[in-house]
Amino acid sequence: MVLTGAGSGVLSPALAQHVHMAMADAKSLSGGVDYPPKCLTKHYFLTLRKLGDLIIPGSPDAGAAEYIDFLASHNEDLATIFNGGLGWIDVYMLKKYNSDFLSAKPEQQIALLDSLAYRKNATPETAAGQHFWVWLRNMVVDAYYTSPVGVQDIGFMGNKVLGSFSVPQEAVDYVMKRSSLGNEG
Amino acid sequence: MLQVQRSPEVHDVVVIGSGAGGGTTIKVLTDLGINVTLIEAGPMLNPAKDFKEHVWPWEVDHRGVGPNAENYFGKNIYPFGYFQAPNGYWDVPGEPFTVAEGSEFKWFRSRILGGRTNHYGRISLRFADYDFKPYDFDGLGYNWPLTYDEMAPYYDKAEEFIGVTGTREGFRSAPDGKFLPPVPPRVHEQLIMKAGKRLNIPVIPSRMAMLTKSIHGRAACHYCGQCGRGCRTASAFTSSQAMIFPAMKTGKLNIINNAMARELLVGDDGTVRAVSYVDKATRAEKQVRCRAVVVAASACESARLLLNSKSTKFPGGLANGSGMVGRNLTDTVGYALGGTIPAMEGMPRHNCDGIGGMHVYVPWWELEKKNKDFPRGYHIEIGGGFGMPQIGSFRGVAARAEGYGNPLKDSIRQYYGSTVSFAGRGEMIPNEHSYCEIDPNVVDQFGIPVLRFHFRWSDHEIDMVKHMDKTFRSLIETMGGRVTAPDLPEQSAKAVSVGGEIIHEAGTVRMGADPKTSVLNKWSQAHEVKNLIVADAAPFNGNPDKNVTLTIVANAWRAAEHLADEMKKGNV
Repeated sequence: MVLTGAGSGVLSPALAQHVHMAMADAKSLSGGVDYPPKCLTKHYFLTLRKLGDLIIPGSPDAGAAEYIDFLASHNEDLATIFNGGLGWIDVYMLKKYNSDFLSAKPEQQIALLDSLAYRKNATPETAAGQHFWVWLRNMVVDAYYTSPVGVQDIGFMGNKVLGSFSVPQEAVDYVMKRSSLGNEG
Repeated sequence: MLQVQRSPEVHDVVVIGSGAGGGTTIKVLTDLGINVTLIEAGPMLNPAKDFKEHVWPWEVDHRGVGPNAENYFGKNIYPFGYFQAPNGYWDVPGEPFTVAEGSEFKWFRSRILGGRTNHYGRISLRFADYDFKPYDFDGLGYNWPLTYDEMAPYYDKAEEFIGVTGTREGFRSAPDGKFLPPVPPRVHEQLIMKAGKRLNIPVIPSRMAMLTKSIHGRAACHYCGQCGRGCRTASAFTSSQAMIFPAMKTGKLNIINNAMARELLVGDDGTVRAVSYVDKATRAEKQVRCRAVVVAASACESARLLLNSKSTKFPGGLANGSGMVGRNLTDTVGYALGGTIPAMEGMPRHNCDGIGGMHVYVPWWELEKKNKDFPRGYHIEIGGGFGMPQIGSFRGVAARAEGYGNPLKDSIRQYYGSTVSFAGRGEMIPNEHSYCEIDPNVVDQFGIPVLRFHFRWSDHEIDMVKHMDKTFRSLIETMGGRVTAPDLPEQSAKAVSVGGEIIHEAGTVRMGADPKTSVLNKWSQAHEVKNLIVADAAPFNGNPDKNVTLTIVANAWRAAEHLADEMKKGNV
């Protein structure tokens, strides 16, 4: 079963207040750019953005939540996965901490991530969340490393026009020193 | 009422298809002053617009995953990724094919000027002497009606024209050619060379159709490694840019594009008089009259066209008195394995794009070995290095590392560029269970009967895959690495590529000395129809462990020169 929009009608005053604050937070994260989500609710979008920043710090600068929201607006299955997954997280947090993810304490947010991010922590209670986690992590990772900040972070130096090709000796030496084959001719 | 529009004039030569074979034929014939009309099933190519060379993923809103996130759901609307050159599809809308029960086959088709040469891997390997006489070599398959020595001058011409990197090594299994300078090996390739040395596996400079020097007015390579996206400077060979665009400037080439060939029409004398085709945009039925026709639509598409060209004189399909059209379908045997190499973790960053694909490779090295478990052999293609991050690039490492936050980022940084891959590309022996025929029950959107495929690997190929697996594991382990795939399943048959998947189909219009058992003579000219030439991989009598394209170019060159000669003599 997929929980769509779970929580939105449950704690509306608290959520409303929280969303208001989170929006201000998101504005500062995005350098003041207010992205109107195309698919997700504003609350879910901000939840996604926060989760993204915890999974890959800096991913808001890579537009990770925008990337996911954009694609979800073009693919119903993806919209279901993210609405459902974010809804599952909020309901899980509400049951456990009486607070949705965004308004939970940092240590509560981290506890949730720990319960989802490792196979060894799997329980029947978190199975649906772990399934969603794979989607969430993969797409945040994708968004980050296909952005200018991510490409800089990983250190990709190609995609250039060169007059000739050579391999730096420093890189060869680094590998050969670490390899048992390094001393072979 | 539907009326067929017939060309008033008789064209010299009509070429069907513009890939490696069609492009070569067009180049050779127009250079010799012969007027050529090309019938191409796809649109024209505009490299400036169509090639996504140098585009970063963030320059596209969906970053390459597809406008509707298709690739996240396993729908590969771009067979080799969004950024690859426009090339073709595993499934062409409106143009189905069928697969017989018990068979598996994938059929890649290209519908654009230049065909598959716009994106192909550009590995350019000569067939060896024994590849032309496989039956004499080990009693399997069919001898070609020509020898390596007869083909060699055309390999020279092909290499000198398309431009192929390489070095002279003296391997019988990988004959040397007319090479451009090689490209220095990348770090992982240098490590693989050392592992190979320890295991007595030769690792030599790759033979690739990229220009390490400017030739024929094409610019030298600028080493962005993106040949598969299409090269705007034509530094990587394509028939569209290197052959067809120059031919257009001669005034000798007339192109009819978006035209699907339906049938070859014969006259009372049994020669081809006209090509019937459908204009895909208007669905108008048209015919172009011709003195000779060169069919180069890709191995299976060419067989389909002949089988669909039935007449009272040729009730089983044109030039098919032998019944061999569609038979002997082969593809390359494919199997790949990857590993992570701790010695390469955290490697200092550098630009290792180079030419697209490997700078070194392994030619078949056990030719002289006795008591092998399988006949013939395979070559090994090598992958690795700091690739441009793409959607999915770090999915594997993220899954292995687990976690989140800075530790996850550190893992991704650490492992980036530390994986290698080995892909075996081996020879399939033609067998009676692998062929294509017309499906009597199905037509495509133009009303053209479609192909039905039958395909089966034999124990020869399955046993070869076991050898590949053992070899790749020992290479990875010798490098101190960990194999990232599970052990080869008990059923090696499940690990081998699906027929057609390596996109090296060949053999469906075979050449031979005896018209009773072959369709074409040694000039790729039909025994029964002297003005019909087949100029793709269909004429091949086998599918050695050397990718087909260089031999398509060489054989088409030879066939086109012979056709021109025959026309000059008045024989055609």
